[in-house]
Amino acid sequence: MKIKSQKDFFSGLMFMGVGVAFAVGATNYSVGNGARMGPGYFPLILGILLAILGTAITFYATVVESADGDKIGKWAWKQLFFILASNFAFGVLLAGLPSFGVPAMGLIVAIYALVFIASLAGESFNAKEVFILATILAVGSYVAFVWALKLQFPVWPSFISG
Amino acid sequence: MELFDNLATGFGVAFTFQNLIYCLIGCILGTLIGVLPGIGPVATIAMLLPATYALPPVAALIMLAGIYYGAQYGGSTTAILVNLPGESSSVVTVIDGYQMARKGRAGPALAAAGLGSFFAGCVGTLILAAFAPPLTEVAFKFGPAEYFSLMVLGLIGAVVLASGSLLKAVAMIVLGLLLGLVGTDVNSGVARYSFDIPELTDGINFVVIAMGVFGYGEIIANLSKPEDDREVFTAKVQGLFPTKEDFKRMIPAVLRGTALGAALGILPGGGALLAAFAAYTIEKKTKLQPGEVPFGKGNIRGVAAPESANNAGAQTSFIPLLTLGIPPNAVMALMVGAMTIHNIQPGPQVMTSNPELFWGLIASMWLGNAMLIILNLPLIGMWIKLLTVPYRWLFPSIVLFCAVGVYGTNNNTFDVWLVGIFGFIGYVFHKLGTEPAPLLLGFILGPMMEENLRRALLLSRGDWSVFVTRPISAGLLAAAVLLLIIVLLPAVSKKREEAFVED
Repeated sequence: MKIKSQKDFFSGLMFMGVGVAFAVGATNYSVGNGARMGPGYFPLILGILLAILGTAITFYATVVESADGDKIGKWAWKQLFFILASNFAFGVLLAGLPSFGVPAMGLIVAIYALVFIASLAGESFNAKEVFILATILAVGSYVAFVWALKLQFPVWPSFISG
Repeated sequence: MELFDNLATGFGVAFTFQNLIYCLIGCILGTLIGVLPGIGPVATIAMLLPATYALPPVAALIMLAGIYYGAQYGGSTTAILVNLPGESSSVVTVIDGYQMARKGRAGPALAAAGLGSFFAGCVGTLILAAFAPPLTEVAFKFGPAEYFSLMVLGLIGAVVLASGSLLKAVAMIVLGLLLGLVGTDVNSGVARYSFDIPELTDGINFVVIAMGVFGYGEIIANLSKPEDDREVFTAKVQGLFPTKEDFKRMIPAVLRGTALGAALGILPGGGALLAAFAAYTIEKKTKLQPGEVPFGKGNIRGVAAPESANNAGAQTSFIPLLTLGIPPNAVMALMVGAMTIHNIQPGPQVMTSNPELFWGLIASMWLGNAMLIILNLPLIGMWIKLLTVPYRWLFPSIVLFCAVGVYGTNNNTFDVWLVGIFGFIGYVFHKLGTEPAPLLLGFILGPMMEENLRRALLLSRGDWSVFVTRPISAGLLAAAVLLLIIVLLPAVSKKREEAFVED
């Protein structure tokens, strides 16, 4: 057996795994029968269907020739890490983590953190430029979301605003 | 005539000062974001959705419609000037549009796209207004079996037109359906797949999936590609207006494109995309007049026809959404989500229970189109400036908008964690070459499909044959099967591949 399309092979495996997981999960709920569908009925059918589709995709990936092996290629770990880290930092700083005793720092601090961390994912990083960008975005967000749209955000750190 | 009475109601709603302003803001914001390379209408709408939360429902939908058109116009601007299709339906516009721009005729190309789209938008709005009431009548005759079959047809239609592997697209739909089931089952009250997390018992917020997969996922994918030198035609846009000769060639192309787009847009699935492709193919098949530039070298018909078709299709794709409550594509799926946020259940009852919203939305579609043409042609210089904004400033801003938007939806940090996870999933999808749009469609339709399946089987006492013994349902399923067979036929599948390789 030789993998002829790497992308298809692994996406097939992914669908298979997820399908099986959903189908197994569905058996925890009452399945019922056609006339009286339980909460597990539809997800069970879909899970099995997804697993079958995944198997078919994996199978074709070992049979059907593709032009260049359809390689998945290198993973962009650095970009992935910084973008997701900036997102999580934003969440933690904005509202804090009450269960871990982390205080909320508010929108403005969170924006600076997000812009700085996200910018590290780019090819070049210029601290001064990023600072200006973050300031523009912080002011803009305050005006747009807090002042104009009146969305409810913690704006300043909780120990200042109380 | 009833049609005009209804339209009058609609314009009465749309022409209030407040709604005009929201329509205008929507158009401007939509164009602003849509012009940015690499951000399609789905990401634009998802990103700007939180801006409409605080508005009354009619105003919010009018603004969203404005955002949608703005994003579409913005996308064609990027396609013509940067050779970068912002969305799949402007893929064909790139071919001749960019060539025109290279020859210094970017102005006429943009004007052709704008004027063609405007005309198509007007026709599409009229068709929508004329066809919505009779179709709504039909929709009231639909039982759960018919609805279920219709959704099957819609989902099959959506994947048939998607590029890439059919099996993978179907698998993505099923995955979307499954994700849509997360949360409390309405019938039994059982919390499914919630892992005892209280936030998950309400289900996954669709904004989270849209932003994670389309926003974060795309950004990470874009960043991992080395920055290429894009040629942007900033200085060369002059002489905006097409010549008399251009007009003579454009008009029949616009008419053909509009007719084709309006017809194909009603079909479930990516009607606008198919319409653009079909319109371009037809123009290519017609004979060149003496002295005309060949296709692929900057023929104005190659811009006008697909852009008109695209816009007419975008307009008529509202028909299945407004009459049947079934979104035909990912953008409409987002509109369903937006409606639900404002407590409107899309479907045939909207027109009778909420006529102001219904006709106001339709009237504002026309207004949106008119505003865009007024806005876009004079302001083109400003939009072009936006194209030169470097990506290193752009992507942190997009991440910020996504994060703020996700948090603002429910004021809940759990959604922020979830959007990060979906960002990772979106990047995995990108790496594995699976298209995410069908997933979003499946996600929105998941609960609806389950409910209709449950009701249909309850009425038939568990007999699955109900789907083929009821004539309308059988017809819809037959159409779905037919679609699949046609696409899987060796001759057609080869053609299909060619059509998508051509870009």
